[in-house]
Amino acid sequence: MLVYILRRLAQTVLVLAVTSALVFAGIFMVGDPVEMLVNPQADQIERDRARTALGLDKPMLVQYGLFVKNALSGDLGTSFVYGRPAIDVIVERMPATLELAVLAMVISIVVGIPLGLYAGLKPDSPISKAIMAGSIVGFSLPTFWVGLLLIMLFAVQLGWLPSTGRGPSVDVLGLELSILHWEGLRHALLPAFNLALFKLSLIIRLTRAQVRENVLLDYIKFARAKGLARGRVLGVHLLKNIMIPLVTVIGLELGSVIAFAIVTESIFAWPGMGKLVIDSIFQLDRPVVVAYLMITVAMFIVINLVVDVLYSVLDPRVRLAAAKV
Amino acid sequence: MIRRLAFRWLAAAAFATAATAAVAQTDELVIALAAPISSLDPHFHNLTPNNSLTKHVFENLVATDAAQNPKPGLAESWRAIDPLTWEVKLRRGVKFHDGSPFTADDVIATFKRVPNVPNSPAAFTLFVRPVVSITATDPHTLIMKTAAPHPLLPRDLSSVQIIPKSMVDAKTEDFNSGKAMIGTGPYKFVEYKPGDRVILARNDGWWGGRTPWPRVQFRMISNNAGRVAALLSGDVQVIENVPTADMERIKSDSKLAVAGAVSNRLIYLHMDTGRDKNSPFIRTKDGKPMEANPLRDVRVRRAISKALNRDAIVDRVMEKQAVPAGQLLADVFFGTSRNLPPEKFDPEGAKKLLAEAGYPNGFQITLHAPNNRYVNDEKIAQAVAQFLTRIGIDTKLETMPSNVFFSRGSKLEFSFLLAGWASESGDTSSPLRSLLGTFDPAQGLGAANRGRFSDPGLDAMITTAITQVDDTKRRMLLAAASEKAVSLMGIVPVHYEVSVWGMRRGVDYAARADQYTFAWEMKQAK
Repeated sequence: MLVYILRRLAQTVLVLAVTSALVFAGIFMVGDPVEMLVNPQADQIERDRARTALGLDKPMLVQYGLFVKNALSGDLGTSFVYGRPAIDVIVERMPATLELAVLAMVISIVVGIPLGLYAGLKPDSPISKAIMAGSIVGFSLPTFWVGLLLIMLFAVQLGWLPSTGRGPSVDVLGLELSILHWEGLRHALLPAFNLALFKLSLIIRLTRAQVRENVLLDYIKFARAKGLARGRVLGVHLLKNIMIPLVTVIGLELGSVIAFAIVTESIFAWPGMGKLVIDSIFQLDRPVVVAYLMITVAMFIVINLVVDVLYSVLDPRVRLAAAKV
Repeated sequence: MIRRLAFRWLAAAAFATAATAAVAQTDELVIALAAPISSLDPHFHNLTPNNSLTKHVFENLVATDAAQNPKPGLAESWRAIDPLTWEVKLRRGVKFHDGSPFTADDVIATFKRVPNVPNSPAAFTLFVRPVVSITATDPHTLIMKTAAPHPLLPRDLSSVQIIPKSMVDAKTEDFNSGKAMIGTGPYKFVEYKPGDRVILARNDGWWGGRTPWPRVQFRMISNNAGRVAALLSGDVQVIENVPTADMERIKSDSKLAVAGAVSNRLIYLHMDTGRDKNSPFIRTKDGKPMEANPLRDVRVRRAISKALNRDAIVDRVMEKQAVPAGQLLADVFFGTSRNLPPEKFDPEGAKKLLAEAGYPNGFQITLHAPNNRYVNDEKIAQAVAQFLTRIGIDTKLETMPSNVFFSRGSKLEFSFLLAGWASESGDTSSPLRSLLGTFDPAQGLGAANRGRFSDPGLDAMITTAITQVDDTKRRMLLAAASEKAVSLMGIVPVHYEVSVWGMRRGVDYAARADQYTFAWEMKQAK
């Protein structure tokens, strides 16, 4: 197990190196950051000064070499736009994105699994059909449109919830968390639900399919025949068996919710990393984009690893050591 | 795309009952900004959203009115003693937020800090560089010397925000954390959350008098639909840049109002007049490479101008949030000509000019334009391409994000492009120098001349105008240079953008030409 984890971590380093090189070259090809940063009224002296100050006067390979050298000592560069270490700029926005992602995942799990169970156990009831129809809608509607719809309904027409922005936050061990504050939670509900909608539909459908498949299997019949209570059959035997695919999906989706909450963050003016990275790409703020993608890649790898470890906990048949990777 | 769909939805929702307004706190004004700010350091990043915000806390020696004419700020008066020497009299009795008095030493300290801000992506150095020496003859009088006659000094001073001398060594972080946010302005710093909001509180000791709102919160909502929704729901009372698509809805709502003013931004077409032959995106009518560059002929450029139905673009594409342009800057600004109405829509005349120039059948060209930089930029470019195709210039359109567009444009990869120019100084010398002066980095001319237009006669007129210290004479010289530039069609003006603020009833704002959103100019209306 330990060897397996170490090997996976070594692969991470390789992936990070490739990512950084690709992003570096990509931004270089898109355009010249100086064109985006300097004021258009600036003269040539000012343009040259900015170019030198940001280190953009050197050839690209030299710039990349310097980046790698600094990265090895933990410095991912200084943001062109903010003039601060790129990591600081990103980490500052991280709690906002994380709390939104976690809230969205909690909503989709807490609502999705029971609905999926119900739809799987009683596939012919009208309620199940309504649930399944709803999940198709949740799947197919574009996030930005649903987001606007939610704002128009709950903020503009009904006036129940605030339309945009992050509310007041509570300081927990240095982390600014707004969902622990009543007013902050009210601000987070709409964007979190918007973000959750797709995952919620996914979890409903997946749970239902798993349930439908498993209830026909012998072990359920046997448990029933043995006279076990219905609650125990569902809660222990069935649920545990359908969890494996669910854990994989939930794990991967958590990653994507954190990394790609961009649309929701923009519409709801949520000051998270997604909004930051969009602004940074627009302004060609290369250090922030590179650092962001490296953090994202690292996060995905860690989540995958955790999912793999969870498998072995949930299913003793999975033998990681045998999985010769 | 998002904006378009948002509009459809908003239109669909219009039948529903009027919005239920959340009860806003009457003593706090909440303003939604259209673009995020990158820092609170007033000398770090020369960017309109940053400047607009920090001007609440810090002030300039010279302020500007809503049409960008200089007016006294921290300086009570200024005059040129001779073409190279300026005397600036400072306002007395002004105090910084920490109680220390404002004197000439603070100005000198500011001039010392401006060129030395580390990592600045867009420094303010160009505004202080013309001043070669600055001395105080008494605590409220400064003498500034320039190396060459510099009539723009007062306008330059309106871009330099004064910090107290105790903060001369402050770092950008100190401003972001609020430690160094000590100015003389109408508002004091309270809180800054990057990418989210800035909160300010009224400075009751401000020399300019009592401002209406005790507390102001600026929220950064760059998504158009989100910003409009925040206004509709009453979460904010004022928004910047009302999207043209939502204009009608906001106007027709009795709880809301809009205020617009013609801005200092011109949308224009730049043509490759630099290359003799083989301009990259010009082809003959049947698609073969074309050696001659038709754009070098002023008649062809005039034909392009005549082919445009500017009124239609303003009406249909811009929903009237623009003004057809005949020169480089709207008439209200300094140095504009009174003799330059927008070119009349005249497709027949355009065809005649093309024939005279030797292109009776026209030619093929590609128009390049950004698609996320100016209001409706892509749609304007589509309209332009259609108008030109009608007179025989078959125009293909290629649009791209601005980060790609400006890099390629500055590398002269285009033959024909649509762009915009905001004259931040509010003075016609800005577009004349940057867009139409012959490209010459040493002279500071033609920095944004992506068509490489060049006319020695015009260059001479620009150079004379920008060294003339007498304002009346300079105004006339600039107007004459504008007339010459338009007669040569160095660029083809399309329209001036109108900046629009949307607000809830209870707030009243006289829209500004410089796109600044100033809370202290917002009145509490009944």
